[in-house]
Amino acid sequence: MIVIVDHGMGNLGSVANMLRKLGADSVRSTDRDTIASADKLILAGIGAFDGAAGRLAELGLVDVLNDAVLDRKVPTLGVCLGMQLMARSSEEGAQAGLGWLDADVRRFAFPKEARLPVPHMGWEDVPPTRASPLFPSTSGDSRFYFSHAYHLVCRDPGDVAATATYGYEFAAAVHRENILGTQFHPEKSHVFGLEIYRRFVALPAA
Amino acid sequence: MIPRIIPILLLQDGGLVKTVRFSDPRYVGDPINAVRIFNDKQVDELVLLDIDATRAGRGPDESALEEIAGEAFMPVAYGGGISDVATATRLIQLGVEKVALNGAAITNPHVVAEIADRLGSSTLVVAIDALQAGSGWEVVTHSATRRTGLDVRTHAVAMAQLGAGELLLTSVDRDGTMEGYDLDLVRTVVREVDIPVVACGGAGSLADLASVVREGGATAAAAGSLFVFQGRHRAVLINYPSYEARKALFGAAGDA
Repeated sequence: MIVIVDHGMGNLGSVANMLRKLGADSVRSTDRDTIASADKLILAGIGAFDGAAGRLAELGLVDVLNDAVLDRKVPTLGVCLGMQLMARSSEEGAQAGLGWLDADVRRFAFPKEARLPVPHMGWEDVPPTRASPLFPSTSGDSRFYFSHAYHLVCRDPGDVAATATYGYEFAAAVHRENILGTQFHPEKSHVFGLEIYRRFVALPAA
Repeated sequence: MIPRIIPILLLQDGGLVKTVRFSDPRYVGDPINAVRIFNDKQVDELVLLDIDATRAGRGPDESALEEIAGEAFMPVAYGGGISDVATATRLIQLGVEKVALNGAAITNPHVVAEIADRLGSSTLVVAIDALQAGSGWEVVTHSATRRTGLDVRTHAVAMAQLGAGELLLTSVDRDGTMEGYDLDLVRTVVREVDIPVVACGGAGSLADLASVVREGGATAAAAGSLFVFQGRHRAVLINYPSYEARKALFGAAGDA
């Protein structure tokens, strides 16, 4: 069973909808036992970093998530804010992240004359930097929807699975062992995003 | 990035309508059917606006929205009758990507800050309906039935400062006319803010979409009539340019 962690800050309906379309069983939960027995985890979400990070702590889910992801090596997909929560910290807030990735979250900032408004909203090509579980080996003609003011900065460039460009190149997707993440919203990226979820669903469970 | 092209769908009594200068709503179809067609056309984003909710003093029809959002494989922004953080949060949870505030952003500006704080700026659109008044534009609300006395430029700056992540700027004077965007209005607002501005009102051709981005400086181009009507007699036919056509349209306008 795929467990979508319900921290109350996400477009979880859209994610569940994608999985349903793929015929994959999923459940939205904040229950520790359910998370502890998950085959796969999805940490989705849009919203503010502190709200979501604080909510995971309030719900007492941090240790059970750490066990699942770091010890049991459960395949885990973080989407948008969900991926940012996997970092150590964010410029958006004061709360600590989960720290599964050696990364921090930074805000886009451009001079007015650059004509790059923030948040960054729109569709981008996402060329994979290397082979990874979420992307086909050939990138083909795909594009993904972004809606974010903050992005991940990985200390280990090997964690970056795909990049996108807005003013400069940033991490559009990450991959480290069982940990996967996308800054874009595959659940709102038509057939291109469906393919990302299809690949996640097809991964062997822990 | 190729600028987004965004169909705007107006909800009334469970159906879709299209207005001219915010009046004379004409029935153009069923929302679920329209969303399915726009899925097939791989539309960039959809905006759904319930044009009666605020005037009727009611909240969004959440069950209808859940059904519509469940069919949408593109991002959906919704506006109409949202006046508090709790409603905005529920809409996001049921599958809407962005919430749009219009009247409530004026009567309760603190709600803008609260939603931005709780749900993040990327989730929050402030919709501004602009009516030409003298040499400038005045903000109107309640489907343009109420004047506010607020200058559009001042209001746009205030909303961006409070945490709006995007402005949906609609020219009431051009709505449904298909005579082209009010480029002066768009330029006036774009000059003042650092957040994305989605221009709406007046698009009559694909060339208009390109010009509001190139000449107006809009981040994205939205339109209603253009995507639901076809031909001189305005037969209802949902349409949207292909990805190839969108790329060709913006050509040199694409930045990154």
